[in-house]
Amino acid sequence: MSPVDVSLAAQSLQTALGEPSQSDLLLTRQTQAMSFIFHIPLVCFGIAFPAMVVFAEGLWLRTGDPVYKALAKRWSKVMLLLFAVGVVTGTILSFELGLLWPNFMATFGDVFGLGFTLEGFSFFLEAIFIAIYVYGWDRISSRAHLLAGIAVVITGITGSTMVIAVNGWMNEPTGFELVNGEVTDIAPWSALFNDQLAFEVTHMYLAGYLVVGFIVAGVYARAWLRGDRGRYVRAGLVIPLAFAALTAPVQLIVGDWAARTVAKDQPVKLAAFEGLQKTERQAPFHIGGIYEKDGDIEYGIEIPDLLSILADHDPNGEVVGLDSVPAEDRPPVNTTRLSFQAMVFIGTGLAALAAVFLLTWWRKRRLPRTKWFYRAVVACGPLALVALICGWITTEVGRQPWVVYELMRTEDAVTDANGIPFVAAGLLIVYLSLTAAVVWLLRRLAERPPESEVGGDLGAGA
Amino acid sequence: MLPDLAIALVVAGMAAYAVLAGADFGAGFWDLTAGGAERGGPVRGMIQRSMAPVWEANHVWLIFVLVVLWTCFPVAFGSLMSTLYVPMFIAVSGIIFRGTAFALRGEAATIAEARLLGAMFALSSVLVPFCLGASVGAVAAGNVPVGNASGDPISSWLNPLGITVGVIFVLTGAYLSAVYMAADAQRGDLADLRRAFRARALGAGIAAGAVAAAGLLVLHSEARALYDDLTTGTGLACIAVSAAAGIATLALVWRERYEAARYSAAAAVAAVIVGWALAQAPYLLPGELTIDEAAAPDATLVATLVSVVVGTLVLIPSLYWLYSLTLQGRLDKAYEPLDQRFRPLRAADPEDRGS
Repeated sequence: MSPVDVSLAAQSLQTALGEPSQSDLLLTRQTQAMSFIFHIPLVCFGIAFPAMVVFAEGLWLRTGDPVYKALAKRWSKVMLLLFAVGVVTGTILSFELGLLWPNFMATFGDVFGLGFTLEGFSFFLEAIFIAIYVYGWDRISSRAHLLAGIAVVITGITGSTMVIAVNGWMNEPTGFELVNGEVTDIAPWSALFNDQLAFEVTHMYLAGYLVVGFIVAGVYARAWLRGDRGRYVRAGLVIPLAFAALTAPVQLIVGDWAARTVAKDQPVKLAAFEGLQKTERQAPFHIGGIYEKDGDIEYGIEIPDLLSILADHDPNGEVVGLDSVPAEDRPPVNTTRLSFQAMVFIGTGLAALAAVFLLTWWRKRRLPRTKWFYRAVVACGPLALVALICGWITTEVGRQPWVVYELMRTEDAVTDANGIPFVAAGLLIVYLSLTAAVVWLLRRLAERPPESEVGGDLGAGA
Repeated sequence: MLPDLAIALVVAGMAAYAVLAGADFGAGFWDLTAGGAERGGPVRGMIQRSMAPVWEANHVWLIFVLVVLWTCFPVAFGSLMSTLYVPMFIAVSGIIFRGTAFALRGEAATIAEARLLGAMFALSSVLVPFCLGASVGAVAAGNVPVGNASGDPISSWLNPLGITVGVIFVLTGAYLSAVYMAADAQRGDLADLRRAFRARALGAGIAAGAVAAAGLLVLHSEARALYDDLTTGTGLACIAVSAAAGIATLALVWRERYEAARYSAAAAVAAVIVGWALAQAPYLLPGELTIDEAAAPDATLVATLVSVVVGTLVLIPSLYWLYSLTLQGRLDKAYEPLDQRFRPLRAADPEDRGS
């Protein structure tokens, strides 16, 4: 279905539960956003952390070095804790789909719901194998234990792929026909395997490795800065940092792929990345600045042709402007634009740090020695998290005012219930307590000496 | 045919959730009533030991029910979640506080921390099954109309039938949990705890049976059509199976045959849920929406059923591995009372403490 057909159809979509009138629409959206902001970092730990844990266990099995076992065992406990928190925040999300967006679910649940069914199974398997992995240390054979760990890696990937498939579908709704405004001829498999899936999944996975790699490495970089430079800390720094450093440059290339796909399939979203008012060739890109209502970018640094290059790999390429659609069909430009820019700049910075690390390793076979490198690694964890969240704001706010692109407006998807302020306040309390609890527990765990993980000392130089 | 298979999945998921996760909530009930910080220590320690490896996997059944419901019966899902947003929101908040407090309490180092986390775990463990039960009561009574938040947000579930079903959910969870933990204690050679949970299993079993019988009277006055279907034909057969399994469980617990009692106790609970579903058929939302009307198009139902079959084929051996490790005690932690008194952390602490 091309975007043009769909937008013609948009005027006549018959939603399953009628037209809601929700006075707290913005608050409902913010509540949903708050839930995603809390959940998505945990998803990263579900995607990327198991691979690092299993990698450390593999090093232990190969070398017999207890440092790697202590690390893998300690990390596996963190993995279980974050998985448990992810279970509860994921549960909130599945309730919220019905509590906040009943009309979205009632109208399209049968089109995209299959993704969540598959995700449910994958997630179930992940819960099983993670329990066996964490509670099975030293109790089942090391081969069975490693296999359980690999199963956690695989199920973490398949589960999140299915959820991202649904997000891809919201950005490019396929797998059904609209006849007189009614959703018919549902083809659930084509809905899942939409054209957005490949780049969204790749982009998100790499983001997962960046976020987890830098956050975990940051913990040990802090220990290093405090003077704790034993082999345990060194291994805890190098393993995640290597994962992140190898990912960072690839993410720049995938980001370029993502931008070009958006330019092709959702030109208005791309126009919002820059605030490009009119369709033009040789479109410039402004670094920083604020988009004004008249379409000018105030205070930004203009780089000629850059938007055309980003969108089309051609300085003369035509880029569609915001005014190609009526004002009420445009996303909030400044939010989308600043998020996009923050993501790109942080991503580039992470790649630069990764280059320093990889070059030093390649040329000198050692870690950089300057304290500034370790300070930068500590800073990169939170920065990667900010970039991740900005990336999701870019794609989600950039899709507005649509919940299902060019078909269903967010204001038509919302609940008619009155209690949104209470739900929002309740969830805010929930998330604040959850954050406090996780930080408290992780600190408690970190206070224990690593030797306690293997019940002995960690060998010379630990 | 296809819609019936799809609703069967939902009912099976609800039964599994009630039988497995219901017991985890029941454990919270026993935690709440275990007594002071020191006296309740042994019971709390047992709860920690029994629940820790399985509660996350048990919880997933709820997600399964929600997902199949919104994929195969989207209009019903949108209608019930929007009308029942108050109990559903309380339930989901309780689920969150329960899980977090449970994960954290093993790490508590001061009595104040342990008390706060323990109270949060126990209170939310009672609140969640009550709210889910009351929501089931609201559906059964026909208080959920088709539409976007079209039913009354409070009186739809906070009424005699909703409250009764809520209490039944809390008590059956407590009953299942006591039976399972008596069996765990027997396997772990913990005689005091075996006796403690035996008494609780007998008490809760009788209480749950009595309230369920009283519930039939409430049903008679509040939802007559459902009562009639539940007391004739297949509905009656399920009630009879449940009653028989319940009585058999009491006898097995009395004679200390706990492994067999696990299964009969679970059967008693599952039979009621199946009976409710059969009695309410063909309606999904009584008086408003039948299962056939609510069902998604065949393509979606087929895709969901195929996914579930394939998923189950992968799931069964995995679950078998987990439960066989658990039931063989291979994943058991060393038992220790959770006495909630201040206990400083030491480097030499055994590995198994908390988690």
